[in-house]
Amino acid sequence: MDANATTPLLPEVAEAMRPFLLEQFGNASSIHQEGQLARAAVERARGSVARFLGCRPAEVVFTSGGTESDNLAIFGSAKQGDHVITTAVEHHAVLQAVARLAERGISVDVLPVDRQGVVSGEDVRRALRPDTSLISVMMANNETGALEPVQEIGCIAAEAGVRFHVDAVQAAGKIPISVDSIGCHLLSISGHKMHGPQGVGVLFVRRGTRLEPIFAGGAHERQRRAGTENVAGIVGLGKAAECAIEGEGSVRLAILRDRLEKGLQEYSCAVNGGQALRVPNTSNLQFDAVDGEALVIALDLKGLAVSSGAACSSGASEPSHVLEAMGLTPNQARSSVRFSLHRQTTEEDVDRAIALVAAQVTRVRELSAVVR
Amino acid sequence: MTIAVAMSGGVDSSTVAAMLKAQGHDLVGLTMQLWNQRRLAGKDGMPEQVQGRCCSIDDVYDARRVAEVLSIPYYVVNHQDRFERDVIRPFVDEYLAGRTPIPCSLCNNHLKFDQLLLTARQIGADQIATGHYARNEYDPARGRWILKRPADAAKDQTYFLFGLTQEQLAHTLFPLGGFTKPEVRALALEFGLLLANKPDSQEICFIPGGDYKRFIDAYLEEQGEALPDTAGELVSVGGQSRGRHDGVHNFTIGQRKGLGLASPSPLYVISIDRDRKQVVVGEEKELLRDSLRARDVNWISIPGLQSELRAQVKIRHRHDPAWATLRRIADDEVEAIFDEPVRAVTPGQAAVFYLDDEVVGGGWIV
Repeated sequence: MDANATTPLLPEVAEAMRPFLLEQFGNASSIHQEGQLARAAVERARGSVARFLGCRPAEVVFTSGGTESDNLAIFGSAKQGDHVITTAVEHHAVLQAVARLAERGISVDVLPVDRQGVVSGEDVRRALRPDTSLISVMMANNETGALEPVQEIGCIAAEAGVRFHVDAVQAAGKIPISVDSIGCHLLSISGHKMHGPQGVGVLFVRRGTRLEPIFAGGAHERQRRAGTENVAGIVGLGKAAECAIEGEGSVRLAILRDRLEKGLQEYSCAVNGGQALRVPNTSNLQFDAVDGEALVIALDLKGLAVSSGAACSSGASEPSHVLEAMGLTPNQARSSVRFSLHRQTTEEDVDRAIALVAAQVTRVRELSAVVR
Repeated sequence: MTIAVAMSGGVDSSTVAAMLKAQGHDLVGLTMQLWNQRRLAGKDGMPEQVQGRCCSIDDVYDARRVAEVLSIPYYVVNHQDRFERDVIRPFVDEYLAGRTPIPCSLCNNHLKFDQLLLTARQIGADQIATGHYARNEYDPARGRWILKRPADAAKDQTYFLFGLTQEQLAHTLFPLGGFTKPEVRALALEFGLLLANKPDSQEICFIPGGDYKRFIDAYLEEQGEALPDTAGELVSVGGQSRGRHDGVHNFTIGQRKGLGLASPSPLYVISIDRDRKQVVVGEEKELLRDSLRARDVNWISIPGLQSELRAQVKIRHRHDPAWATLRRIADDEVEAIFDEPVRAVTPGQAAVFYLDDEVVGGGWIV
């Protein structure tokens, strides 16, 4: 139950990718027949992603994943003398990129969020300056699932004439995305968070949005992203976009998520971000007097994969910057565990998880001295 | 029953994992992330290059490889906050108070056999196994867990383990207690562990380069705290001024180098008076002491001291234990009166009491 980390490849996605792994190994930039086959497959996928996002195919730039898309959006937009606005709950791909801008002398505002992890549009408006060149706000938070008011911010950005980037990595495949109704200029998605392959992502770049490439190299992706196209990955992402759930599947996930939260109600003391509008698959639960890291390991040993905080370079968990930004104490953040479901999660999976978590939480509490 | 193996990525703990696996136990490998070496790297003259140190990515990589080869589940657990609170901070404070701390014992008492054991039990393991050279067995006659010296006297780590409680000992395995280090390296080779020839760790794990003074400077600066001014006088045992020193934390009892004093016979640090900011220097014979007091005493082979007990007392890691009579002052405080005077009794170090191979108990030298 760690779908926000990654999701299983759908069988139809694997099937679509297979020929490009085994037989058709052309380079999409080559002029010969093999190259043309690869090119055609890449362009079909571009069309699928364009339909998925509600944009033109020419506005779809394939990248190596969500992190690269975020980096391209940020480094490709900001220049010396600019001012950039973002929030404290962004993914590290955004926060670290923005921190690097700040090191280079670019002015940066990282806006706080409320107890539910949501930024206020008014705060964004107040942070605007004449030199503001970029606003970057995520659509759905990876740790709590909370939805940020991206449409409202899209209006604010449009009024102010400021470029708006949306990190939609955790929203894609869970709720519908329309770049026009958001009103963003740039939007990132990642293949493996939506049952596509790892190592491929997309940056939507609205027509007319000038973007400085971050890689020097060939003229791929309309000179916005140099490097030979990852044909199999792109085909997989295209297929995943075609298969992405709509409506009913989303409701099913919400029902399962609510079943999980209800089942664990007597063990968990709070749903972090539970009062916010959320994507339907994510539940971040706080277990009073339980060390979240120990709970994650105990559950893993029983065959249930969940997560707590972010992994640092050694593989240990770091306290979540998202939960801290929401005003949780370090102990509350350490006592929190994220459950994230996907389209293949069943009711039986949820019931099994409830039983395992209940048993482990009881056990851990008996031994626990985490809050001492 | 599951055993959690405390894995550092070194030869000893890796061999423990391999031995227990070969014996058919269910294992979980755990590595504690205790300190981020990059935090102070390059600050105040601390080395820039921190590869290959404790908690380094390389060591975690090695431990992970071993776990993978042995096919045991493996996790890195983050106990950095506790380490800073219970080891780093006291380490700095002890030096600034003119004492000479032992971070390894603090880490054993507060991290390895407390927090890690708790984590292990929370995840469903009943015991932890470590690569310490020590023996641990239950004596039904006394109804107590007994900590004993290992087979390899040169690797004896019991001095650092004096703080283990009966409860902790009951949940701890020291599988290397019966082996010598060369035997352990041979076993590591036999088990096909690629790190069999990895060098032993020597210095304090969180101080790459070993310069603790620079570490203290860099740590306090990072914390936004000023280094307390403990500079003062160097005085003779008789109280005459012999010069100036630049802070009591730069000295340890028995130290000879770095005093900056010219003298016909070698001079040593005899004692440190934090309150008067004085470092007392004198000749080697003035380092001799007839007795010491130890506080926060933990008893292992006996439930407590009634009145007196004859025991051998070890006052630093590399010290041949000296016979003494232990006298009770309070439940957790004793005085040790030595048969022959001992050299350089150092506050902040541990006094550990032995009878033959058994650790009777130990405490912190006042």
